[in-house]
Amino acid sequence: MDNKNNPLRHLPWVVLALVGASALGVIALRRGEAVNALWIVVAAVATYLVAYRYYSLFIATKVMQLDPRRATPAVLNNDGLDFVPTNKHVLFGHHFAAIAGAGPLVGPVLAAQMGYLPGTLWLIAGVVLAGAVQDFMVLFVSTRRNARSLGDMVREEMGSVPGTIALFGCFLIMIIILAVLALIVVKALAHSPWGMFTVMATIPIAVFMGVYMRYIRPGRIGEISVIGIALLLGSIWLGGAISTDPYWSEVFSFDGVQITWMLIGYGFVAAVLPVWLILAPRDYLSTFLKIGTIAALALGILILSPDLKMPALTQFTDGTGPVWKGALFPFLFITIACGAVSGFHALISSGTTPKLLANESHARYIGYGGMLMESMVAIMAMVAASVIEPGVYFAMNSPAAIVGADVASVAAKVSSWGFVITPEALEGVARDIGETTVLARAGGAPTLAVGIAQILHQLMPGMSSMAFWYHFAILFEALFILTAVDAGTRAGRFMLQDLLGNFVPALRRTDSWAANVIATAGCVALWGYLLYQGVIDPLGGINTLWPLFGISNQMLAAIALMLCTVVLIKMKRQQYAWVTLMPAVWLLICTTVASLIKLFDADPAVGFLALAHKYEAALAAGQVLAPAKDLGQMQNVIMNAYTNAGLSALFLLVVFSILFYSLKVAFAASAKAERSDRETPFQAIPGA
Amino acid sequence: MFNDLSRMGKYLGKAARMLVGMPDYDTYVEHMRSKHPDQPVMSYEEFFRERQDARYGGGKGRPIRCC
Repeated sequence: MDNKNNPLRHLPWVVLALVGASALGVIALRRGEAVNALWIVVAAVATYLVAYRYYSLFIATKVMQLDPRRATPAVLNNDGLDFVPTNKHVLFGHHFAAIAGAGPLVGPVLAAQMGYLPGTLWLIAGVVLAGAVQDFMVLFVSTRRNARSLGDMVREEMGSVPGTIALFGCFLIMIIILAVLALIVVKALAHSPWGMFTVMATIPIAVFMGVYMRYIRPGRIGEISVIGIALLLGSIWLGGAISTDPYWSEVFSFDGVQITWMLIGYGFVAAVLPVWLILAPRDYLSTFLKIGTIAALALGILILSPDLKMPALTQFTDGTGPVWKGALFPFLFITIACGAVSGFHALISSGTTPKLLANESHARYIGYGGMLMESMVAIMAMVAASVIEPGVYFAMNSPAAIVGADVASVAAKVSSWGFVITPEALEGVARDIGETTVLARAGGAPTLAVGIAQILHQLMPGMSSMAFWYHFAILFEALFILTAVDAGTRAGRFMLQDLLGNFVPALRRTDSWAANVIATAGCVALWGYLLYQGVIDPLGGINTLWPLFGISNQMLAAIALMLCTVVLIKMKRQQYAWVTLMPAVWLLICTTVASLIKLFDADPAVGFLALAHKYEAALAAGQVLAPAKDLGQMQNVIMNAYTNAGLSALFLLVVFSILFYSLKVAFAASAKAERSDRETPFQAIPGA
Repeated sequence: MFNDLSRMGKYLGKAARMLVGMPDYDTYVEHMRSKHPDQPVMSYEEFFRERQDARYGGGKGRPIRCC
C-alpha cells in the first residue's frame, strides 16, 4: 500500500509526541511525590524518536540533500583496510563505541547537584538540536571531502591560520581531557585497596592478552576477550579478599599524590610501548565491558523502574552548590558536556567513520542516531545518580573544605542543606560497597558506581554483593579512562610534534626516537601538571578542572558547528544555515560567558583572578588562608589560579579567532554568485 | 534454520570485531582477489597486526575514541 501522501501516516508519530510531552510534563511539574525513573526514559525516547523521524529527515533531505547514488569515500577508495563499505548496523556499533566514553557518564552525575530536572531537560533538548546535528553534519561534510579530518577541513575551507589555531585548540582540549579523566581515576582509587588492586591487575591481564593475540593464537580477539573478562571478574573477587586482609590492604592503599605519580609514570611508559602489548588488549576489554554494562544498566532501569530520590530542583541552581560552583546558566551546560553536545565527536565523525560509510543515506542513522544513543547513556547516568540518597550524593561529592572530613560533621552539614542523612547511614553505604569511607569521592565515577551497584544488585540480588558491583563499575570506568589516557597521550604526542614542527622541523619526524620521547614527555608533563594541581587542590580539583574541560569541549563543538555553517553558506544553502548556526551561537554564548565568569568573577570561589588576588593579598600580609596550610601551599594556589586563568584566556582567544575567520569567509562566500566550497566532485556508485 | 543461525553468528562476530575497529578479513581477501589479483594478500595474522598498528599507532593525531 502506498501511503506516501497519506496524512494518516503521521498519526503514530503524533501519538508518540503526545506521550513524550506528557512524560516531560510529569517530570517537570510533579512535586512532593517521588517520580519514577521510567518517566524520564519515556520522555527521552519519545523525543529522540520524533526528532529522528522529522528533524533529522529534514536535515538529510533539505539541508544536506544526501544523495544515495553518490559514491562515498569507502566505495571510491575501497582497500579492504582503512576504507571499507560497512553494513550500517555494524558501523553504528563501531561509531557508538568510539564516541561513548566517560564524559557522558560523569557530566550528568555532576549536574545532578542542581536536581535531576535541569540536566535532563538539557540532555534531551541539547542532543536533538545541537549534539546530534553536529555529529551528523560533520560526518556529512567529511564524507563529501574524502573523509578528511576536522583540522584539515578548517584549513581547506577557511585558511591555514585558522587551521593551525584549530589544531592548537584540539591539543589543549586533549590535555585537559587527559588531566580530568586521570583525576577521576585518582579520586576513585585513593585509599581504596580493592579498587587499586583490580585496576592494577588489568595491566598483567592486558599484557597476557596482548602476548596471546600476538604469538600464541594470533588475532583471536573473541576467545581472549572472554578469557580476559573472566580474569577481570576474578581480580574483582580477589580484590575483595585483599581489602579485608590487614597486611595486603595496607600494600594496596595509596593516597592521591602517590597514585598521581604512578599514573604519570604509567602514561609515559604506556605511550612508548608497542600498542599490541597493553593498549589494544585493554581497549578490547573496555569496549566489550562498556557495551555490556550499558546494556545491563538499561535493563536494570527498565525492569526495576526505581523512584528518583533526588529532588527535581535543589537550592543549588543559584550557583552555591558544593560539587561545583556557578549558576545554572552557563555552568549547567558546561558541566553536562558530552551527553548533550560533545565537540570531541567532531574528531571521530571526521576520522574513521566516514571511511567506512557504505552509502551517504546511512549518515543520518549513524551520525544523528549514534549521538541520540549516547545521550540515552547520559540519561541513564542521570537516573543512576538520582536513585541514590541525595544525602549520600552530596557527602560523596563535596570537598572536605566545605563539609568537613569525618562522617559526623559531613552528615550534619549535608543534613543542614535539607538532604537528611545520618553518620551511621554514610558508614553503612561505605560498608556495603566494601570501602572504608565514601567521603570526598568527587569526580562522578564513584557516585555513578554506587548507583550502578544499587541497580545491578537489585536486579540480581542473589548473585553477588553490592561491593562486587561497585568495584565492577569502578573498574569499568577506570578501564576506559586509562585506555583514553594511553591513546590520548599518543594522539597528543603527534599533535604536539605537528605543532612544534612549525618551529623546529626536526621534531616533526615521527620515526625519530628522540623526537618521540621529547613530545611524549612534553604531553605527559602538561596533563600531569594539571592533574597534580587538581589532586593537591584543597577544594577538590574537580571543582576547577571539570568546568575547564566542559568549556574546552563545548568550544570545540562551537568550532565544528561554525565550520559546518561556513560550508552551508559556501554551498549556497544559506537559507538552511540556521540549523548549525543556532547551536553554534548558543555554544559560543555559553563558553564565552563561562570563560569570562571564570576569569573575572569577583567571587574567589568562581573567578580565577579573584582567587589569585585574594591569596596574593594574604601572602603579602604574611597570612595563611584556609584551606592552604603554609606559605608554600599559598604559592601553589596562586600559581594554579593563574594557570587556569591563562587556559581560560587561551580558549577565548582560540574560539574568537575561529569566529573571526568564519565570519570573514562566510561574508566573502555569500557575496559570490556561485558555490565555493571544496566538496569532492560527484561520482556515481559504480554499477548502480 | 541452522544456516540462519550461523549467518547470524557470523554477523554478530563481525559487529563485535568492528566495535574494536577490526575490519572483516574475508571482505579484505575478497576485495584483493577481485580488484588486485596481481598483488599479494596478507595472511590473517599479518592483517591483524597491520590493522592493530593502524588503529592504535596514533598517527595524524586522530584519537580512536572520545572522552
